[in-house]
Amino acid sequence: MANFETIEVSTDLLIVGGGMAACGAAVEGAYWAKKNNLKVTMVDKAAVDRSGAVAMGLSAINQYVDLKSGKNTLEDYVAYVRNDLMGVTREDLVANIARHVDSTVHLFEKWGLPIWKDADGNYVHEGRWQLMINGESYKVVVAEAAKNAIGNDNIYERVFIVGPIMDGDKCAGAVGFSVRENKFYIFKAKATIVALGGAVHVFKPRSAGEGLGRAWYPPWNSGSSAYFTLKAGAEMTCQEVRFIPVRFKDAYGPVGAWFLLFKSRATNAKGEAYMQTRRDELEKWVPYGKVKPVPANLRNWLMLLDVMDGLGPIYMRTEEAIKKIADESPDAKAYKKKMKELESEAWEDFLDMTISQAILWAATNTAPEERSSEIAAAEPYFIGSHSGASGAWLSGPEDLQTDATKSDYFWGYECMSTVKGIFCAGDASGASSHKFSSGSHAEGRIAAKSAVRYIVEEKPSLNYDAAALEAMKAEILKPLDLFEEHKDGSSDPEINPNYIKPKMFMFRLQKMMDEYVGGVTAQFSTNKSLLTKGMELMTFLKEDSANLAAADLHELMRCWENIHRMWQAEAHMRTILFREETRWPGYYFRSDTPTMKDEWKVFANCKVDPKTGEWEMIKRPIHAIY
Amino acid sequence: MPSYVIPDKCDGCKALDKTACQHICPNDLMVLNKDLMKAYNCEPEMCWECYNCVKICPTQAIEVRGYADFVPMGATVSPMRSTDSIMWTVKFRNGTLKRFKFPIRTTAEGSAVPDGGYETGTEDLKSPLLFTEPGSCETEFQAK
Repeated sequence: MANFETIEVSTDLLIVGGGMAACGAAVEGAYWAKKNNLKVTMVDKAAVDRSGAVAMGLSAINQYVDLKSGKNTLEDYVAYVRNDLMGVTREDLVANIARHVDSTVHLFEKWGLPIWKDADGNYVHEGRWQLMINGESYKVVVAEAAKNAIGNDNIYERVFIVGPIMDGDKCAGAVGFSVRENKFYIFKAKATIVALGGAVHVFKPRSAGEGLGRAWYPPWNSGSSAYFTLKAGAEMTCQEVRFIPVRFKDAYGPVGAWFLLFKSRATNAKGEAYMQTRRDELEKWVPYGKVKPVPANLRNWLMLLDVMDGLGPIYMRTEEAIKKIADESPDAKAYKKKMKELESEAWEDFLDMTISQAILWAATNTAPEERSSEIAAAEPYFIGSHSGASGAWLSGPEDLQTDATKSDYFWGYECMSTVKGIFCAGDASGASSHKFSSGSHAEGRIAAKSAVRYIVEEKPSLNYDAAALEAMKAEILKPLDLFEEHKDGSSDPEINPNYIKPKMFMFRLQKMMDEYVGGVTAQFSTNKSLLTKGMELMTFLKEDSANLAAADLHELMRCWENIHRMWQAEAHMRTILFREETRWPGYYFRSDTPTMKDEWKVFANCKVDPKTGEWEMIKRPIHAIY
Repeated sequence: MPSYVIPDKCDGCKALDKTACQHICPNDLMVLNKDLMKAYNCEPEMCWECYNCVKICPTQAIEVRGYADFVPMGATVSPMRSTDSIMWTVKFRNGTLKRFKFPIRTTAEGSAVPDGGYETGTEDLKSPLLFTEPGSCETEFQAK
């Protein structure tokens, strides 16, 4: 076995991940841990200042319920999420995040995040639930509060978490390795908050050359949350709900400001607006087809119908939208000033969060006030936010349950998975969509307080099997050993019959998912026969994952990231197969079961038996709390 | 190439305790070649173009060249980030130049206090209130 020093860290509350949810958990966890003499430790595979999905920055906060103005209620937010997800949502979880999110946003502002204000000092809303920010340093500011709360000595950066340590039915911490030096880490903890992000690059992206990295969600989101919880035996939910964002084509610049703030139209090659011309299609998806705003997946669907009919390209009519706003100016001078202001806002939207789109505009001599830009549906992603919903099945808060929900949605500690000691937040938690950056932070806070309560009340006593930990170390480092053993068997170590390198492994996964499970190439369509064939190929891939090889620590991380992606992929494939209907046509279309069915208005959950590796598919009821 | 390093400007951060770009890259792409004392992007096709290496480089040795598989050549987007604002220079393929300046934070670096100055209320682990609530809600907390 490769020569790695083993470092043991004993803590009480372990936070794995370093993004928005993890930083929320750190800020809140630090307070309650101090009150109860507990230790908090956070582990990030990157640097907390710039890790997670907000690493580049953001131009908006997409969840602010604004309860203090009295204009919105929790019930309004729950209704918005329920409808957008075609009825499939855990209302208790959504309401819980919604009642804490404003509090988190107010903290962001105190910490130093610039939130746009109008002349009266009120926040500038991009849409009903969205605030405009100067968010280049959003993550830096949020990370700073987290670091100040738990202290740098309790933060391990550049340590990649592979998976959980189990003690019977309880989670006892996590194992991983440094990507900078030959060190294997064992984190022993009484409770673990999983906030390891969503999954990108499970499906083949549209750009397969250098632009592979220009995924909409960051490529370092590699399915680690899903792997961690699945491997522990936790029940998962909404694994079929992938998210396909419509964004500016190729560079994936955000469209929210254009649609919501600038009120832009999207039109096809003939200048027709598909939201009008395809309106009748919405009848097929009632009641959700008739709600306002039209659910994101149905907006996608109407656009895809235009594309499939050969009516592309689809354009965001930026020039038309900007002119319409500027035309409201009283005189020529005001018009000029307004145009300048709108131009700056349009560019900042990209420069804050998708700089590549600014490069693409500059490289194609595109001034948004002069001409339209193409938009397109990206590839499928796995996230717990936006209109995605995949993640672990969690206990809700006790006080938001009803008599009907309590036996199904509550088992002691809010945000705890079905495995004792594993709490989830952000992209790791399922069926609580539309939490975005702010709601993920709020959810991390909720999870941390709950986890501290679990430690204090349950006083979990944990046993560690030294031989089992040594076996995990050997398994985790195996790709390095395999490479050393066989690398001289070919003159180019990239081509060797004894192993597979992580990049080609990832491409194999992506091609399979793309062609059999409804990726871009398959126009997001699949059926039982394709999925069954895909499962057969998945079996080969799983077997070959034991032959992944790594030349160095960076590749060792890539090996495990891709094993994580593979587990996310299998959960997705099995759940799409299980749900015999089409509920989110703009995300995937089951051509053999092309309509929405009442009997499938349920959660489609799954779990893996940690002992046998057997998958179990489970239907859970959907209850309303409002 | 996404981010790339200009050899004449990169000094390998030899005066610092760590290589800045290697420290900050969220995807572990920046590597220091210790023989040459120059950094490089080891996996450009995994680069998100997040610009964190560009922004942090103390010698402004890192720039971004748009993804070669879909971005026409010749444009650049360059940031200058200070403690409270960022200045962007956008150069179009046709030579047009645009400059934008945006604030990035309203407080001094390092000054974020976890409770944000809100009163830390309940000591009750069983209450749904988080540590800064109800103060940070700025309205009544919505219990069921």
